[in-house]
Amino acid sequence: MSDITKQSLSQLVENIKSKKLSSSEVTKAFVERSEKSKELNTYITEDYANALNKAKKFDEKPNLDLKLPGIPMAVKDLFCTKDIRTTAGSKILNNFIPTYESTVTQNIWNEGAILMGKLNCDEFAMGSSNETSFFGNVQNPINKNLVPGGSSGGSSSAVAAQLTPITIGTDTGGSIRQPASFTGTVGLKPTYGSCSRYGIVAFASSLDQAGPMAQNVKDCALLQEVISTYDEKDSTSIDFKRNEYSKELTKKIKGKKIGIPKEYRVDGMPKEIEDLWKKGIEYAKDCGAEIIDISLPHTNYALPTYYIVAPAEASSNLARYDGVKYGFRAEGENLIDMYEKTRSEGFGAEVQRRIMIGTYVLSSGYYDAYYLKAQKVRKLIKNDFDQAYKKVDAILTPSTPSSAFKIGEKTNDPVSMYLNDIFTVPVNLAGLPGISIPAGHDAKGYPLGLQIIGKAFDEQNILNIAYAMEEKINFKNNITDWWIK
Amino acid sequence: MSIDLKTIKHISKLSRISVDEKKAEKLAGDLNSIFDFIEKLNELKTDNVEPLTSVAETTLKLRSDKVKSKNLRDQVIKNSPKENEDYFVVPKVIE
Repeated sequence: MSDITKQSLSQLVENIKSKKLSSSEVTKAFVERSEKSKELNTYITEDYANALNKAKKFDEKPNLDLKLPGIPMAVKDLFCTKDIRTTAGSKILNNFIPTYESTVTQNIWNEGAILMGKLNCDEFAMGSSNETSFFGNVQNPINKNLVPGGSSGGSSSAVAAQLTPITIGTDTGGSIRQPASFTGTVGLKPTYGSCSRYGIVAFASSLDQAGPMAQNVKDCALLQEVISTYDEKDSTSIDFKRNEYSKELTKKIKGKKIGIPKEYRVDGMPKEIEDLWKKGIEYAKDCGAEIIDISLPHTNYALPTYYIVAPAEASSNLARYDGVKYGFRAEGENLIDMYEKTRSEGFGAEVQRRIMIGTYVLSSGYYDAYYLKAQKVRKLIKNDFDQAYKKVDAILTPSTPSSAFKIGEKTNDPVSMYLNDIFTVPVNLAGLPGISIPAGHDAKGYPLGLQIIGKAFDEQNILNIAYAMEEKINFKNNITDWWIK
Repeated sequence: MSIDLKTIKHISKLSRISVDEKKAEKLAGDLNSIFDFIEKLNELKTDNVEPLTSVAETTLKLRSDKVKSKNLRDQVIKNSPKENEDYFVVPKVIE
C-alpha cells in the first residue's frame, strides 16, 4: 500500500488487526515521510531506528487485542520518556534524559503503540506559535512561513502533514485547540483531572492537561480512551467512571441543548470568524441540536486572570531549574551567581518574561492585589459556566479569533500574541473539556476551527457533538506537500 | 501603574535571573504593557468572592505510607551537570 500515511489512525488499527498491514510497513512509511519532511522542523528528537526495531519485534509476536497495535507515534516533547531526551523546547533541558516515563505515554505504549520521536513545542509550553522553542520555528504544512500554532505546534504540524497517525499535546490555555484550529486538525483538551500530569514537564499545574490531537473525531476518541486513567501519582487526578469514548461514540445528538455565548462576539473579530460561527450553529441545528443563547458575563476577564495565574504557577514550578540537579549549568563566581547565569542563559525571553510576571504578582505587597484578585475572578468565570450548564449541555464558540498568522508577525508584541487564546483560556480556568474541530477556510484558504465546550467529565458528549458536526461540515484539509522536494 | 527599572532589578533578583541594562529596559516595556492589560480586573468588585484555588473538587486521597521505589541514587544524580559519585556539586558556599 503506497498510501499508508494517508490513512487515519482507525483505518491503520483495522488494517493491522486484519493483517492487511504489518506494524513494520506502517512504521517504515511514517518514518520515511518524516525523514522527507525535515523542513517542517516538527521533530526535536528522532527515534526512528528504535521505532523500526520495535515494530519488527511487534510483528514477530503481534498482540492484536491491543487498542493501538504496533502503531507508530511521535509525541510532544513535554512528556518525559524513559531514556529518550526530553527538552520541553528549552536549552535548559537540552541534555535531559528522563529515568522515568510519564503516565500518559506509558498508557499509550501499554496499548501497543511505538515511539517515533519527540515533537517540537514552545519553550515550557509558553507560546501560541511555536516560535519560543530553543529548537526553532515549526512550519505549518498548510503554507510556507505560516505558524502551526502553539504551544503544541510540532504536534499539530506533524498530524496535519501525516508524519504521525495521531499524537498528544498539552493544553494550559489553548495549546492543543489553537494549533489544531490553525492546521485543520482535531484537538481535545480533557477535563482537569482526566489525564495524569505525572511525568509532564510542569508549566501551570492548576491548568495543565494532556490531550489527543488527531485527523478526525473518531481517532481522537480512541486516544482519549487510552490516555485518560486515574493515577495515584498525580494528586489532582480524579477517580471518576471513564467512558469507552470510541465505542460509545454516536452521531445521535438530537435534542442536545447547545449554548451560544454572546460575550464571545469580541470587538474586531474578523467577519469570516463570525460567519464560520453562524455556519456552525446551522450545522448543529441540522444534527438535531437545540440552540440556546446564553451569557458568560466574565469572559472578558479571563485572559487578564490567566496572565496572573499561569505565570505565578510557572514561576514557582520553574524554580527547580537551578543548574544543580539536572539540565544546563553556567559557571558562576559563587552559588547565587551560578543560579542567575544558568537561568538567564538557559531560559528564553518569553519564559523569563513569564517568570518575572509570576514572581512580581506573588511578591510581598502585591499578592492580594494580583494573585488573590485573579483567583477570585477565576471563581466568577467558573460560576458563569456553572450557571450556563443549568440550561445547556454544551457550548459552541470559534476556537480562535483568527486563522494562522505568519512567522514573525506577532513576536514583538506579547499582548497581541496572548489574544490568540481569548476563546480557549476560559475553559482551562474553569477546568472544563473543550474540543476544536476544523470547520471551514478563510479567504486565504487557511483552516478555521470551532470549539465545543462541555461540562466537567462530559468528554463523551462533546465528542459526540463533534462527531455529528464533523460529518455535516465535511472539511477537507488542503495540503500540497510543498516541503517535499 | 508603572514598573520602573529598579522594580525590574528587584524582581530579577527574586527570580534568580540576571539582567543587564538593555534587557531590563526591554522587560520594563513588556511588563508594563502586560500589566496595563491585567489592570482590567480592577473593574470588578470581588470583596465577597471566595478565591478558586483548584477546579478539582475532590478531597486529596490518602495512600498507605509505604516505600514504593528505592535505590534510586544513580537515577537521581544521572542528569546532574556536575557530580562527585554520590553528591551534587555546587560552587563553594561556606568560607
